[in-house]
Amino acid sequence: MSSMTLSDRKTMLTLPGDAVRQIQWQFADRYDLQMLVQSARGVARGAVARLVAAGERNTHEWTAGKNEMMEAFDQAGVTAAFMEPEEGGFISGPKNLALSLAAFELAWVDGGAATASLASFLALAPIHERGTPEQSRHYKQISAPAQPGEDRKPWRGAFALTEPIPYVGVDTGMLSGKIRVAAWKDGEEPWVQVDKRGRFITGIAFANFVTAAVNSDDERIKGSCVVILEEGDEGVFDRGTPTKKLVHQLSSTGDPVFNLKVPASRIVGGYTVKDGVIVPNFNHGEIIEAVFRRTRVPVGVMTAAKLLSAVEPVIRYQRGRFRGAEGAKPGSVRYEQGIQQREDALHRLVDVWATGEAAASLGFAAARLFDRLDPVEKQKTAILKERGIQGGRAEMKALRESEAKALELLSLRPGDARRAALEADPLVEFVLLDAEANVLCPATKLWNTGHGTNMLREAVSLMGGYGITEDCPGFLANKWMDAQLEATYEGPEAVQRRQLTVTMTSEIFLAQFKAWTAEMRRIASTHPGTGACTLASAMQMWQWTLNHLQKATDPAGGKLYHGQRQGVTFALADALCWLLASRCQILDVLELEARGADDPVVSEGLEGTVQFLGDLCHTQAARAAGEVARICAELVFGYNAHPSWDEEEHRSCFLTSELEELEETMPGIAAMAVDVIRADGSHPQKAGPCAGCAGSGEFLRLQSKLTACLTGSRLAKDRAAETVSKVMIPEALDYPA
Amino acid sequence: MSYPLHIVVCAGIVPDPLQTLEPVTTPAGPGLKNEMVLPAVLDPWAASALYEAADLAAKNPGSKVWLVSLGPKAKLQQVMMTVAQKVAFELVPIDGPIGGFPDAHSTAAVLAETIAALPGLDRGKLLLFGGWESATRGAGVTLQLVGERLGIADQFQGVDQIDLHEDGSFEVLERVEGGKHQVSVCAGAPAVLGWATGSLAEPRNNPQVGMANMRTIMPALQKAKAAKLDANGLRYVSVSLPKQQRETRVVKDRSPDEIARELAEWIGEEN
Repeated sequence: MSSMTLSDRKTMLTLPGDAVRQIQWQFADRYDLQMLVQSARGVARGAVARLVAAGERNTHEWTAGKNEMMEAFDQAGVTAAFMEPEEGGFISGPKNLALSLAAFELAWVDGGAATASLASFLALAPIHERGTPEQSRHYKQISAPAQPGEDRKPWRGAFALTEPIPYVGVDTGMLSGKIRVAAWKDGEEPWVQVDKRGRFITGIAFANFVTAAVNSDDERIKGSCVVILEEGDEGVFDRGTPTKKLVHQLSSTGDPVFNLKVPASRIVGGYTVKDGVIVPNFNHGEIIEAVFRRTRVPVGVMTAAKLLSAVEPVIRYQRGRFRGAEGAKPGSVRYEQGIQQREDALHRLVDVWATGEAAASLGFAAARLFDRLDPVEKQKTAILKERGIQGGRAEMKALRESEAKALELLSLRPGDARRAALEADPLVEFVLLDAEANVLCPATKLWNTGHGTNMLREAVSLMGGYGITEDCPGFLANKWMDAQLEATYEGPEAVQRRQLTVTMTSEIFLAQFKAWTAEMRRIASTHPGTGACTLASAMQMWQWTLNHLQKATDPAGGKLYHGQRQGVTFALADALCWLLASRCQILDVLELEARGADDPVVSEGLEGTVQFLGDLCHTQAARAAGEVARICAELVFGYNAHPSWDEEEHRSCFLTSELEELEETMPGIAAMAVDVIRADGSHPQKAGPCAGCAGSGEFLRLQSKLTACLTGSRLAKDRAAETVSKVMIPEALDYPA
Repeated sequence: MSYPLHIVVCAGIVPDPLQTLEPVTTPAGPGLKNEMVLPAVLDPWAASALYEAADLAAKNPGSKVWLVSLGPKAKLQQVMMTVAQKVAFELVPIDGPIGGFPDAHSTAAVLAETIAALPGLDRGKLLLFGGWESATRGAGVTLQLVGERLGIADQFQGVDQIDLHEDGSFEVLERVEGGKHQVSVCAGAPAVLGWATGSLAEPRNNPQVGMANMRTIMPALQKAKAAKLDANGLRYVSVSLPKQQRETRVVKDRSPDEIARELAEWIGEEN
């Protein structure tokens, strides 16, 4: 770091601790969540870390050791985190942030452990979201760990949706499960026969019940549904063979086969009988939509945890790299700083760290948003039900008026008299939160896991050859490999991109996005070092590009922004994710700055912590801006046909003779002209005359502005790098490796 | 038959032992670099006392455990997020300075005054628990001084075990040299027990226990009184960590036995 001259400033003293994170991720006033964090951490860095260190990941089989891990989850309250207090839990109200925090702590050590914990929640989620009150109470109570005085083992579940999955190249309704009426006596509950083959089903080795998505194979049952199967039901409950995963081996995965006879009351959400036909109250699509839009968030948070968990072991490795060597004497720069005397090592770690911060901020923002959305969504359903409106399409139609109001609210200035009335309207609130959630959830899943995997590779590379050994502190190689599965399960990247292409173009979301852009400009005026201005310029460019592409066509007249044109839509979805993550990261640092001073622990060294985390924001914003600029430029110009040297397209080029004439009246013009056709008809050796910028002037202006907006971002990276070289870290990692 | 006890555990908070501890001189005297922002834990020796206290209380229905802790209340709150999940107790926080350098007499006076004022405390049933040592600078006298101030004459240090008899008397195992224990029988409470490690494993975190404890812990933290500790003329000439020596060599072509032998000799040199 000797090449840098930096001004005298405060620096971050230690790695950000719990008190800092509680404020940033906004659970400083929730001691139930703080305890869950400590509890999950205890299991992760204790039982889970010991399993990984002992090589328990080296088998696909479900072992006694892995089972002990599940029991450790029960004892530490991790399993109960999904339940209400009256169901055996300890957290009241929405639990999206709670589950994300637990997943974060477990994934800090091992992603498979986090998945094992989440899998049971995933099985319960259809019942929780859409089950009847009786189903919800029963299955959550038996899934809760035993209470004092009880002698029972908690039930565990598995969710069997099965491949193929919706959106990408296949029909959403395509399911590999069938349901038929097995027996139906007059005046009695019908019995149904469920025939289901699952694939890549998590938690199947130990599941006591399965929530399975099935299609009707009987004219007496309408459509599709999700049905609950139990291991004691009459028929076949075959768990299948374990999947030979190369990753996440602490979670069980298999391809089960079920052929079971169950009462129709196991249909999730219940059913009604109309004209002799069983009509499930919810089809499987309605249920999985409600489930996945929530459960995908903790998966994204898991990858974020792994990125942040890499920081401490990498710093320790870098600093101690040369210790013990002949030439590295105590007190020498080589001994004390190790690889950290090299700027590249520091800059690359800053990139990993900044990505981890942005990913965590995005994930936790999404989780908090769902916590806000959950009660509002219930309120919305109740209001519409009161008006006699139920079901997807009817609700969508009924909410159009609220959408118009929401747009009006977004357009009003602060202090406008209309605001209060609109803000108090629960349907308007629902529409706003829903539009945001529909984007933040897939963005978290897509960007955190996708880009996160790439950056975990970078983290592994920073450990040299050590990084890809079992001895690597922090299990970094495992975390890198595991991240690829996180990018895949619960809806692979293409599914998330597909969802984003629909939700990011909603009128409500785009109005919100415009307001966020203005918000970033305002933040930039008071916090110029955060990169908020850079980000605002990139957001502006993204929105201009989307608007442009929605109208633009290719040379053949084909629409550019079209569901089937994924080269356009998916790329724009990718670009958006960078922006959202960076925005959330900046907002979290502002939250820390605003509230940190009130906390005696955080206030000590707050200035330095905020400075460092702000520098990471700036670094990340610059990276996001670069990605957005690249993607948008490719899309805006990439679908224009390049001019060629044919007669039609080189008419705009100068001829040599023309230039000679013009040179007499405008001396120097010949030197300016690039595309000149010589007398013999020959031309410069290139693809064609340079493409003009007609119609793209505004884009080029935005691009030019954005480029200039990168000013200062590398200085921020230098500052962050200097802090990385000085920040105090513990003597050793707090879990075995 | 059980014998209800009132067990008061005195326990401070210390930096997480895995953290890098670097002595520095602060305006208030010696301290540790960045101590306020380092993660803290309940002093491990006193934590053993707390777990033993909870175990003893559970075996004797009607007993109650108080945890009296002096430290910055914001740090105490953070530590409670873990400790409160382990066992049931009532926290009595005293908002005071962090670190192991305040004068032991001043500290003992504040602790004794607080304990004496505990509502419902029956001194006839009082067992005063604490750590025999400390993971921070252990003055080695604080617990004894608290006992003296409370008028408790029966004191035991380096305790690893207590067996309570039906008549309220108890047998105590105190560590002595050579890995042996001294066995004493005490007629009954009140008594002071400075715990070594005891024999109980650290209880697992249980958020259900934590949520029950938190009903009293959070209000107590909000109402914690600030304590000012007088230096009483105490002055530190110098402060340093125990010597830590690192001699690393890359050794090839040596058998594990040879390496082990050399290590044993090297350790022997240190002694």
